[in-house]
Amino acid sequence: MSTTLVAAAGSLRGAVPTESFETPGTKDFWWPLIGSDTNSFTFTRPALIWILSCILICWFFLSATKNLQLVPSKRQWLTEQAYGFVRNTMGQDIIGSKNFKPFIPLLLSLFTVILLNNIAGVIPFVQYPTTGRIAFPIVLTAIVYVVYHVTAVRHKGGFGKYLGSLTPPGLPGWLKPIMFVLEFLTYFVIRPLTLALRLFGNMMAGHLMLLVFILGGEYLLLHGDNPFINVSGAFSFLFAILMMFFELLIEFLQAFIFTLLTAIYLADAVSDSH
Amino acid sequence: MLSIVKASGGEVGWPEKLPLLPQPGEMIAGLIFFAIVYWLMKTKIVPRMEQMYAERTAAIEGGMEQAEQAQKEAEQAKSQYEAQLADARAEAARIREDARSQGAQIIAEMRDQAGAESDRIIDSAHKQTEAERQQAQVELRGHVGRLSTDLAGKIVGESLEDETRQRGIVERFLADLEAGDVKPQKVGSADEGA
Repeated sequence: MSTTLVAAAGSLRGAVPTESFETPGTKDFWWPLIGSDTNSFTFTRPALIWILSCILICWFFLSATKNLQLVPSKRQWLTEQAYGFVRNTMGQDIIGSKNFKPFIPLLLSLFTVILLNNIAGVIPFVQYPTTGRIAFPIVLTAIVYVVYHVTAVRHKGGFGKYLGSLTPPGLPGWLKPIMFVLEFLTYFVIRPLTLALRLFGNMMAGHLMLLVFILGGEYLLLHGDNPFINVSGAFSFLFAILMMFFELLIEFLQAFIFTLLTAIYLADAVSDSH
Repeated sequence: MLSIVKASGGEVGWPEKLPLLPQPGEMIAGLIFFAIVYWLMKTKIVPRMEQMYAERTAAIEGGMEQAEQAQKEAEQAKSQYEAQLADARAEAARIREDARSQGAQIIAEMRDQAGAESDRIIDSAHKQTEAERQQAQVELRGHVGRLSTDLAGKIVGESLEDETRQRGIVERFLADLEAGDVKPQKVGSADEGA
């Protein structure tokens, strides 16, 4: 998008700008702090943000739950709202009131960590959605993957029975292998892939779009020698601000969806049939 | 993953790699710190919140129980009060009834007393009258005696003024008169019979 914009700008001016615009891309997500570009264990800025966000979450919940009252204070009320949202909406309602309790810590950790790291994309001076780096969604998905398979195997009494429960009962014999392959792919390949890629894709694409509009706008505004181009740059900025609010919504929504899907997979794992 | 990095031989750094390749450093940081968050949630935060929820539920249920008990007590007190009120009303009615009957009794007694009093007054009046009558009779007898002796004295010419004789004669005469021994006679006829 930005390349076409720049191309249009270039054609309007009738000349290639001397200081050419560098299109923002996935390489802009690489931001090393300690280490070289080629080192696999370089300490990067997203890792720092992730660490800080985890510390912030721990501090917030620890201090908020230190002195819990039956009649809540303002801060406790806020904590209770967040906790109750995860516990009741995603835990109790989906997993079922019989089995949801052991999964509250996981769901709560997932929701808070993802939410804070998503919102980091619009927090001033941080402005980096950590979950837009594939490493983090993969870690979270791996954890969820292990948890829901282990839960299912335990709940259904063995790996063989778990595989057997993948196909619904009462299916005609010739349909069983087909269904089994489909269900197996769903449970073992598609679910983790989509879970990780959905979060990563949304966050990266959203942030990339913001980068394009902001960097492109800046270039058009400051480096364009045509008033029309400058005005377009200003509009690009305005649109970036609008997109920022839209991003905020998506960031919340993605955290919600990730946790909700985890709850749904867990509900599947602890359900008695199928 | 590491093999990919090594295979690319450092020519292609992380900035140029596919965005779908996770960087191991980030993965390790992500895993460790997510684990810390999870551990804290599991050991501290969730138990605390659940305990608070349980306590709150207990408190609310306890409060409801207390309210129910208070209501029961209030109802009991109300019924007690109403019973007392009914008792008081009955007693008041009884007292009124008593007073009425007592009043009637008093009136009847007074009426009796008044009747007795009037009888007594009448009786004493009778007695007084009788006494006065007797007194008058006695007086009259005295007068009649004196008058008759005076008269007889004048007629006989003999002074009958001697007190004892005089009284004795009159008394005897009056007693004879009352006994019916004295027959009325003409003055002349007695002389004729003698």
